Amino acid sequence: MDGAPVGRRVFLGLLGVGAAGILWGSNVQRWLERQVGPYLAKDGTGLSGLLPIGRFRIYSVTGSMPHRGHDEYRLQVAGLVDRPLALSYGDLRTMPPAGLSRDFQCVTGWRVFDVKWKGVRLADVLDRAGVQPSAKALRFRSFDGTYTESLTLKQARRDDVLVAYELEGENLSDAHGGPVRLYVAPMYGYKSIKWLERIEVTDEVVPGYWENRGYDVDAWVGRSNNRDDSTT
Amino acid sequence: MIPRFDRVERVAHWTTAALFGVLMLTGAVLYAGPFSAMFGRRELFRQVHVYAGILLPVPVLVALGGRWGSQLRRDVARINRWTRDDARWFRRRNRVRPGRLDTGKFNAGQKLNATFFAGAVVVMLATGLMLRWPSPFSNDLRTGATFVHDWFAFGIWVAVLGHIFFAIRDPIALGGMTRGGVTPYWARTERPAWYRELTGNTTERSATR
Repeated sequence: MDGAPVGRRVFLGLLGVGAAGILWGSNVQRWLERQVGPYLAKDGTGLSGLLPIGRFRIYSVTGSMPHRGHDEYRLQVAGLVDRPLALSYGDLRTMPPAGLSRDFQCVTGWRVFDVKWKGVRLADVLDRAGVQPSAKALRFRSFDGTYTESLTLKQARRDDVLVAYELEGENLSDAHGGPVRLYVAPMYGYKSIKWLERIEVTDEVVPGYWENRGYDVDAWVGRSNNRDDSTT
Repeated sequence: MIPRFDRVERVAHWTTAALFGVLMLTGAVLYAGPFSAMFGRRELFRQVHVYAGILLPVPVLVALGGRWGSQLRRDVARINRWTRDDARWFRRRNRVRPGRLDTGKFNAGQKLNATFFAGAVVVMLATGLMLRWPSPFSNDLRTGATFVHDWFAFGIWVAVLGHIFFAIRDPIALGGMTRGGVTPYWARTERPAWYRELTGNTTERSATR
């Protein structure tokens, strides 16, 4: 057959591009997030949200996007506490705010660098309810009706565990788990339960949704789930 | 009718196309926020995506590997070789009716399309396996694999939509892949070099030049 084997060259070239992308893609990605990310954040159309730059992947385990308005929202704190609470969105907003800027690492591999969160420390919420001495752990429930999570009391009292209501300076959207979600900075994203509705103080750890499906209960970034990501 | 694609080629094409469709739709659900939110049920979509991805190269490999694949193997060899008329094809403004090009069984666009899909499937499969079973790989390699998988997916969407667009614009060529044959007129005017090869007519060349 006559003609140059251009097809083979194009094919091998594509494999080369793919291999180079695997080897150096993380650098390119970081560069894109720094250079292009800020512009995309200002794009009002939302179309740029489809580009794989500086973006969260929105995961939910149920069939629809949960929604709850600020006025109707309540955060229940119950179980082994002295004063069961039903905190309104306004209640949370009047508590002393806490901010964090940390990377967000998903157990499926993606990472968003330097994400700015604001909320109240979970420890402050617990103190307000008065945790009883027999308590060992927390069980969280989402108003999506299905998702649950857990933390030990010791983990929950860390300074970098927030009941969050702001992301990148804006109110948490429905997609990101608004109006209020948990943010567990040192752990994989699945611990940061979205659409937080209820915190139950318990005397033992009850594994959450993904933990019943094989994920580690103690989900430290880089030290669990057979992964060695650098810490957030 | 002039036979263009035999049964093996057509079955391989359409099973691969079906798998591509499943992968592109489940991939969109897994990837894009609005779709993820619309459908949820992440675990189900993830499993379908992973299994369809692993199956993706199977139809073509089976078709290529067996006794039955001689015509497909010959067509792969054709797609590999680029002539001077292929280079000219890219410079024409109307690529569907470029005229006066001594095109063989495949024009340059078809060659590029097929070659791109071959490379993209290998790259997507490799990076997909890295994303599904990440434990042997460092952080940076995983991020790199995600990066490659994402951007190649964009390229595949563009290529597939373009492929379908051009197929619909040329129903006779499309018939070659659905029913297996094309009209002699189409073969003689659109793929003159191939037509001469089939009919053994060597005087045609000067006429179409």
